[in-house]
Amino acid sequence: MSIVILFWAVTIAQIALVIAMALAAVRIIRGPHAQDRVLGLDTLYCNAMLLMLVFGIRTGNSLYFEISLIIGALGFVATVALAKFLMRGEVIE
Amino acid sequence: MNQATNLPEWAALLIAVFLIIGAGLTLIGSFGLYRLRSFYDRIHAPTLGTSWGTAGIVIASIIYFSAIEAQLVLHQLLIGAFVTVTTPVTFILLSRAALYRDRAKNSPEVPPLDLPDNTPAPIPQNEQTVHHDDTSAGKP
Repeated sequence: MSIVILFWAVTIAQIALVIAMALAAVRIIRGPHAQDRVLGLDTLYCNAMLLMLVFGIRTGNSLYFEISLIIGALGFVATVALAKFLMRGEVIE
Repeated sequence: MNQATNLPEWAALLIAVFLIIGAGLTLIGSFGLYRLRSFYDRIHAPTLGTSWGTAGIVIASIIYFSAIEAQLVLHQLLIGAFVTVTTPVTFILLSRAALYRDRAKNSPEVPPLDLPDNTPAPIPQNEQTVHHDDTSAGKP
């Protein structure tokens, strides 16, 4: 019984996160300004990180936790660098 | 999911509730990012996913790994703390860059930079004033 509950909860959570990633990707493609695309990229990174955590629950493997941590760190650095680029025109002055 | 056979039913229900709360909030946040009209509305929506969306999934993960390993596993808290700390920083930087760009474009979406009347005028720093200051300082 607990396996059935867990299976359906994990499946619903994965479908919701994939739809969320698709919406963020639509915002990246359609975004009228550059800052909208950067915001969509940040949301995409965060949703991918959460999807990796849910994969970890599904497989019971704690390797996915480290993947998720790396995705989170890369998303932070990428968004900060892109915001700096939008503000100043170059990343490292 | 084969190692979850000895998972008690209340733990499975708790994990399911937290997973669905977290994933649903993340979906609502991304839908807001897709649906809202201006950039300054849109920047509020994904914070739903980075605050309680992340917290719900992290809590579900903590409960699951603690239940199947029969000891308290807390390393998922690292992700929650990291996301909670870094998201406001990135969004402040991004919104400042967007405000700067919209003001430079004279966009009607943002109010112009309206300084109060008693603001001192910016000192012109051309070569002449520097030269004048040098000569007046050297006179006595």
